[in-house]
Amino acid sequence: MVITESKKGWDRNQMAQKAAIDIPDGAYVNLGIGIPELVADFVPEGREVIYHTENGLLGMGAVPKTGYEDPELINAGKKHVTAIPGACFFHHADSFTMIRGRHIDVCVLGAMQVSEQGDLANWSTGEPNAVPAVGGAMDLVAGVKTIFVITQHNTKEGEPKIVENCTYPLTGKAVVDKIYTDLAVLDVTHDGLFVKELAPGVSFEYLQQKTGAKLFQYPTVKK
Amino acid sequence: MINKIVKSASESVKDIFDGAVIMISGFGEAGSPIELIHALIDHGANNLTVVSNNTGSGHVGLAALIENKQVGKMICSFPRTANSTVFPELFKKGEIELELVPQGTLAERIRAGGAGIPAFYTATSVNTPLAEGKEIRVFNGQTYVMEHAIKADFALVKCKEADRYGNLIYNKTARNFGPIMCTAAEIAIVQAKKIVNLGDIDPEIVVTPGVFVKRVVEITNPADESKLVSEDRRYPW
Repeated sequence: MVITESKKGWDRNQMAQKAAIDIPDGAYVNLGIGIPELVADFVPEGREVIYHTENGLLGMGAVPKTGYEDPELINAGKKHVTAIPGACFFHHADSFTMIRGRHIDVCVLGAMQVSEQGDLANWSTGEPNAVPAVGGAMDLVAGVKTIFVITQHNTKEGEPKIVENCTYPLTGKAVVDKIYTDLAVLDVTHDGLFVKELAPGVSFEYLQQKTGAKLFQYPTVKK
Repeated sequence: MINKIVKSASESVKDIFDGAVIMISGFGEAGSPIELIHALIDHGANNLTVVSNNTGSGHVGLAALIENKQVGKMICSFPRTANSTVFPELFKKGEIELELVPQGTLAERIRAGGAGIPAFYTATSVNTPLAEGKEIRVFNGQTYVMEHAIKADFALVKCKEADRYGNLIYNKTARNFGPIMCTAAEIAIVQAKKIVNLGDIDPEIVVTPGVFVKRVVEITNPADESKLVSEDRRYPW
């Protein structure tokens, strides 16, 4: 029997859950736009995590109920949010002092490409006619202590997003610590990309086929 | 007697000159001083350099200022937003210049401008196209890029409450770039939802001390930008 491609691996929520498990109790965390936002839904019971949004809020809470949206209370993606008890507001220089001064513990970001050295490309395709936009991505990767990337393992066209060298313009060099994809969890180390966990139905050989860089196995890989 | 209160938005912007560098507060619509921007459109100064995180949305506020061809150059971190079409179209036609700056570097360049620091080194953007052509230096084994301060002739800022000394407090995430822009501009012009008596703002919670502010104007019911955009309103009305 042939297992179809779409049935292999984790869905978006499961990818977010894998990342959430690796965020320690007490961490100050910045979540990027897209799948990274889902991470907040899966923080294990008993852990207290404080979310930072770079537009000036520490202690970001859930999405407000309909009718309670405030246009002056938004996140970095310009969506309506709430502030938890104990939250605080601050201006942009203070917000990026938190980021660039290494006061934020974990940042979870999306990616267009990640290299085996942990280089990240997630802001521009480099096409000459595109309008470039960078936002806070370069500050986050330069200043946050631990960088997690959540991304589909391959593009919609099936091209690998995890590669030997990024072909898109970089956001930062050697900045990614862990990669969570629909197929696996990878550790970025000085000795290369190590497979920490394989998604159900995914073999090491299959994962290697889908990856544009050499992968390594730990002595025992959790299945 | 010190009285920084100005009667109207139009009076507050009347000396903005052609070629001026103008900082405009806001992160998307949160904190964007839409009435001051509209007054600047009525006033008509041209060839402006605007420093703002985004480039506005729809055809009101900052987007309308750009659409009215008053802006020659934008210095910003994220010129694309939902409902942002004015800037991308002009940019693709080569009719407006863009200096793209990482958001934290933008904030720090403004902060440095206000603090009398001409330049500084940061790790942000090292090894990326945004560091090309800039001075690189190694401190304690780590590589940094030099970035210059930004100063402005004017800042247009929105806040929640102001007094006649120019002390300000803000509302939630609408604070964003407002406080640092007040420090980096020769003339900071602020629209406040409410002007209160001296002493009504607890000195312990003043966010922008009045020394950084030159003019305050009361705009009691500022427009809701996203509502104007959803109704496809255009300025001038």
